[in-house]
Amino acid sequence: MTALLAAVLAASLAGCSSTGGKRAEEARAAQTAGGKAAVNTPRWTFAMVTHSGDGDTFWDIVQNGARQAADKDNVKFVYGHDKEAQRQSQLVQSYIDQKVDGLIVTLAKPDAMKDVVARAEKAGIPVITVNSGAEVSKAFGALTHVGQDETMAGEAVGAELNERGRKKALCVLHEQGNVGHEQRCDGTKKTFKGELQKLYVEGTNMPDVQSTIEAKLQSDRDIDSVVTLGAPFAPTAVKAKEQAGSDAEIDTFDLNAKVADGLKDGSLGFAVDQQPYLQGYQAVDLLWLYKYNADVLGGGKPVFTGPQVITKKDAAALQEYTKRGTR
Amino acid sequence: MSTADTIVKNTGPGGGGPDERLVRRSPARRLLSRPELGAVVGAAAVFLFFSFAADTFLRASSLSTVLYASSTIGIMAVPVALLMIGGEFDLSAGVMVVSSALVSSMFSYQMTANVWVGVGVSLLVTLAIGVFNGFLLTRTKLPSFIITLGTFFMLTGLNLGFTKLIGGTVSTKSIADMEGFDSARTLFASHLSLGGVDIQITILWWIGLVALATWILLRTRAGNWIFAVGGGADAARAVGVPVTKTKIGLYMGVALAAWISGQHLLFSYDAIQSGDGVGNEFLYIIAAAVGGCLMTGGYGSAIGAAVGAFIFGMASKGIVYAQWNPDWYKFFLGAMLLLATLLNAWVRKRAEATK
Repeated sequence: MTALLAAVLAASLAGCSSTGGKRAEEARAAQTAGGKAAVNTPRWTFAMVTHSGDGDTFWDIVQNGARQAADKDNVKFVYGHDKEAQRQSQLVQSYIDQKVDGLIVTLAKPDAMKDVVARAEKAGIPVITVNSGAEVSKAFGALTHVGQDETMAGEAVGAELNERGRKKALCVLHEQGNVGHEQRCDGTKKTFKGELQKLYVEGTNMPDVQSTIEAKLQSDRDIDSVVTLGAPFAPTAVKAKEQAGSDAEIDTFDLNAKVADGLKDGSLGFAVDQQPYLQGYQAVDLLWLYKYNADVLGGGKPVFTGPQVITKKDAAALQEYTKRGTR
Repeated sequence: MSTADTIVKNTGPGGGGPDERLVRRSPARRLLSRPELGAVVGAAAVFLFFSFAADTFLRASSLSTVLYASSTIGIMAVPVALLMIGGEFDLSAGVMVVSSALVSSMFSYQMTANVWVGVGVSLLVTLAIGVFNGFLLTRTKLPSFIITLGTFFMLTGLNLGFTKLIGGTVSTKSIADMEGFDSARTLFASHLSLGGVDIQITILWWIGLVALATWILLRTRAGNWIFAVGGGADAARAVGVPVTKTKIGLYMGVALAAWISGQHLLFSYDAIQSGDGVGNEFLYIIAAAVGGCLMTGGYGSAIGAAVGAFIFGMASKGIVYAQWNPDWYKFFLGAMLLLATLLNAWVRKRAEATK
């Protein structure tokens, strides 16, 4: 075993890549904000509980924002997530039991979260909702909501498609039954003057995503644009389009490093970003402002973090930020 | 004693004719007794159905897409079928594919190594996971369902935990600009044009694995061992079959295919999402079961599993070609698989009755 390991290590040293990899990343030495507290308020603990599944890039960026705000505000930040609404509410309850100083929750399935948000309020813990649940946030007793209205984001996509003269678009949903996804497609349908079709794909199985989009593009040659609802699916849609020999434009919701690259090299048309970094950063900062100064932002209305339409001309500036995981 | 009786009876001068195992049967009869016969009929039915229901289904480009979708399941369905014939399950097969991809991607990236080094390390790690499954199974004598369920959860956690720990994010960084990437992509994720039709290389891997597995099952001693341990492990052990070795070998076979699929995933999409792969293990088991492998072990074939994967590929893409309302997609898929399997079972029963 040791000999094997030694052989592997020797091989890896001999087989170095002179391009890419971690060394290139370190060479870029992306400057992210430092971790020093800028205030001397008591060390409060804020907890965030989201409906994210395991390994979701989007929520990673939200957390990065929240952690950087927490560092600055001298706050201890804890994070929990579960895609099952019932277990998500149990997580919130466990943070209430721990008597945290502030709570940040998502209301993707509002009915399941109603009681536990009320219990937090009763226990005197301020709650800020992020990402989803703008329409019920206030009624549930949250201070404010930070996020993007999904329908509005969809409407922005529809308008952008009109501007680009598109006639027939495909909306690719990677999670069947996700309310936010339906809202995005429905919003697009509302403003888009052409015809919009929906396509469900198995989001955890990339080859399936590719072959299903391929099949759709082969069966309907009139489709001239494909809109994916998550950044990781956009490059896959590009491959599907090439395989199917279609010349549809690929556009997407949300942003990541590969999408920024794609926008720059022209394989993607545009991306609609809801700025997840802001959702985490603002939520922590607003909780701190409330604890410190009883400030509330938004005047009872949600604070919008998007939609921001990103095209080729913005891509170059954003490439660096997507690589370090804050855009 | 009973063996002796049989021998006496069969070879004795006034015995009841020659040994029934030595009777030469007509080719048609032999075809009817193959485990994949029912699946082939099911596949033909699904194929005919979509040929009429979707006018784009019969185009060469569409068939190539269907074959690609089938191959990504089919590559894994082959060793999973062998494992099922050997009487065991592997619930960790779906996430193992992603683990394998993550290991090669992260090793290459973090060490700034030539990607082939990562690919090699990944092969060792993935085979080790297979050995772990097989070793634990044979040592503890617990059902494979429990053992591999444990591995499934552990791998899911490790995929996420390690990726986050090492890279800081939940998906791996791009390795497309690193040395060795292009040659590795050629082997694992390229596509070639055959007479104007685009063929993904996974289809060739798939055919190769089916041929290899069929040869092992029907022409080698190891093949007999697989059928024997699936039919009854204790009886097999009593006649000298190395049960432990056979089962560990079967799990290593699953690991090998997971490595191939994982490398395809990596070199096809370049960055890997660490949460992917959950649920795919069932697709592999479905393909093997639809293709005629018995859930109880001891019966089945690699070709059958390939046909099962093809049925699944046709059904899932055919629904898209037919442009049916996508809200009902899963229902159609389920109904289609159920019908294909029922037809499969019916044909097999008829075939056995005419024996």
